[in-house]
Amino acid sequence: MSMTVSSESATGVVATGPGGPISATGPETKTQIKPYTMNFGPQHPAAHGVLRLVMELNGEVVERCDPHIGLLHRGTEKLIEYKTYVQAVPYFDRLDYVSPMCMEHAYVLGIENLLQIKAPLRAQYIRVLFSEITRILNHILSITTGALDVGAITPALWGFEEREILMEFYERVSGARLHANYFRPGGVAWDLPDGLLDDIWAFTERFPKFMEDLDNLLTNNRIFKQRTVDIGIVTKEQALDWAFTGPMLRGSGVAWDLRKSQPYEVYDRMDFDVPVGLTGDCWARYLVRMEEMKQSLRIMRQCCKEMPAGPVKVEDRKVAPPARGEMKRSMEALIHHFKLFTEGFHVPAGETYTAIEAPKGEFGVYLVSDGTNKPYRCKIRAPGFAHLQGLDFMSKGHMLADAVANIASMDIVFGEIDR
Amino acid sequence: MAEFWSGFLLPLIIMVLQILAITVPLLVAVAFMTYAERKIMGAMQLRQGPAIVGPFGLMQPFADGLKLFAKEQVLPEGANRVVFYVAPMLTFFLALIAWAVIPFDYGVVLSNINVGVLYLFAISSLGVYGIVMAGWASNSRYAFLGALRSAAQMVSYEVSMGLIIITVLLCVGSLNLTDIVHAQERVWFCIPLLPMFVMFFISALAETNRAPFDLPEGESELVAGFMVEYSSAPFALFFLGEYANMILMSAMTSILFLGGWLSPLPFAPFTWVPGIVWFALKIAFCLFTFVWVRATMPRYRYDQLMRLGWKVFLPFSLFWVVLTAGVLVTFGWLPK
Repeated sequence: MSMTVSSESATGVVATGPGGPISATGPETKTQIKPYTMNFGPQHPAAHGVLRLVMELNGEVVERCDPHIGLLHRGTEKLIEYKTYVQAVPYFDRLDYVSPMCMEHAYVLGIENLLQIKAPLRAQYIRVLFSEITRILNHILSITTGALDVGAITPALWGFEEREILMEFYERVSGARLHANYFRPGGVAWDLPDGLLDDIWAFTERFPKFMEDLDNLLTNNRIFKQRTVDIGIVTKEQALDWAFTGPMLRGSGVAWDLRKSQPYEVYDRMDFDVPVGLTGDCWARYLVRMEEMKQSLRIMRQCCKEMPAGPVKVEDRKVAPPARGEMKRSMEALIHHFKLFTEGFHVPAGETYTAIEAPKGEFGVYLVSDGTNKPYRCKIRAPGFAHLQGLDFMSKGHMLADAVANIASMDIVFGEIDR
Repeated sequence: MAEFWSGFLLPLIIMVLQILAITVPLLVAVAFMTYAERKIMGAMQLRQGPAIVGPFGLMQPFADGLKLFAKEQVLPEGANRVVFYVAPMLTFFLALIAWAVIPFDYGVVLSNINVGVLYLFAISSLGVYGIVMAGWASNSRYAFLGALRSAAQMVSYEVSMGLIIITVLLCVGSLNLTDIVHAQERVWFCIPLLPMFVMFFISALAETNRAPFDLPEGESELVAGFMVEYSSAPFALFFLGEYANMILMSAMTSILFLGGWLSPLPFAPFTWVPGIVWFALKIAFCLFTFVWVRATMPRYRYDQLMRLGWKVFLPFSLFWVVLTAGVLVTFGWLPK
């Protein structure tokens, strides 16, 4: 990036202005001010990964904001076509790496749709429990890094303390803090370890204190309000036109939540509210996320309370592997295990679009099966991809610092946008 | 020869020693200010801060300094070499020379000039040049925007700061810093002029480009603003200058509003403590507040900052000047 110094001007004075050359040529003095083009990212502290924006500024006012994506493209969708169904699960952890289990959830539900099976009740409860843990995990990151983008440092560090606790739950249940690979077609990989539910319950009792602290630092902070209220307004119509989902849609006043409108798993048994914003600005989206965390706590508590006993994966040995102990005794179990972990299971030909309410919005998986052990096609619908389209109209006419606040309020994670 | 010795050389040596006696402790204070900031912010953010280098991490600032000076200096393509290197030197130099008029205790001052406040004000106003030059010479768009912001910001807040200082001067009747402290022997100015004290402190935050007014470097928008292209020693000079300026502003706050070296209660055992200790404690208190604000507040947006400066601070401080003058005249409290 360098300021252009015009050399083509033959006749005279060349002045360099912020937007390039302001040339005065001869008698008819014509001042031409070009917008100040700025390259924002991909290595920028507020780019949330590898977002690259080409911005045209008039002073500090954003006139055009052109997102360039693809710097984190890993070809996930194509790679999945060359993996058996179970082998593809870890790819989903790596899409939106801030909310891994929700990504897995959409995928395993899609496979289960094709297989025409349903996970046992306990597995469904565990999945819902961990989906909500994931939602809190995601929203903490989203809110606190959003605060970091408008200059508040402390919430991020406090938030990561809480995230660490949640990641420990991840670790205890799956062995990994982040890329869990825990949800499997037909259930979950393992049952919950002893005492985990009690600790999660204890967390739900402790967490409101953290929410209060966050409220004190951000919700009641005048500067934070000045930086978010009326910034990046998305009207109801715009939100629907641009296929916004999740808090981006609810922040604009549309009460749409897949957990309510087409409940999957045991969400229809859960008692929770869907918060809706009134103004459609960054502030509304912030408040929606804060309230969603509280609602997630409610769901987590209900899951802990109502957690039924029983198996955590289907008994169909053509889909879910047998227990280790069984393999030592039963030849049939051993064969099943061997077949599942070499060839995988065959999925009847068909297609499905399965969507879940991920923390960022509607995360959908379009799976096409040709009857073999590998998906013929796996198209992923990432909410962030649709949201990023809106950055231009949301930021137009705002200042540079507001564009940053907008990016933060979209809750962008490049893993899922670039795939 | 003897005349040369007593008339020129000896005073020169004394002068140099005096200067060293101010700048060396100042630079050490700057070093430990960075350490204190990281420790305080760490405590506020549920973490430790530096704890590895030396006991309690006390050697961290020196390790940082060594690291910075050992790094490669990068001159960006198309940068103006002279201005690029002069800018950090200017910032650092201005941050140091302001200390010439600060009274650390009664009579402990390098040059007790009559226009001390004006001198301080002039020096701190010049500080903007270092930043503007850095932003312009870097030939980078981020740096350029940072410099523009900083020029506008520092100029705006200087206006209200000037008016705030005028209210203090009205109550003192002198521009000499020692006189200003003496005038507070009965009551510190932070009590009768409380709103001015608060506004002065906020303006000091803006003047030193600290959070919530750290727009010129605005991490999340401009990456590092005017110093985005700087590395190694020039960067270290900016860094030292910024912190030295913070300490200077804290010292100014202490002198103008917190009674300088005076003890908080005018009787023993408080008066046994040397004045310089009180002065240092007051500076430390102000610096702590600097850090505290940084850990708590989000950053203002550029236009909001301007609005606050011109539409809130300026009218209010102007009003307060008139009010103070009116009260002083009405009750005949004008200093002789």
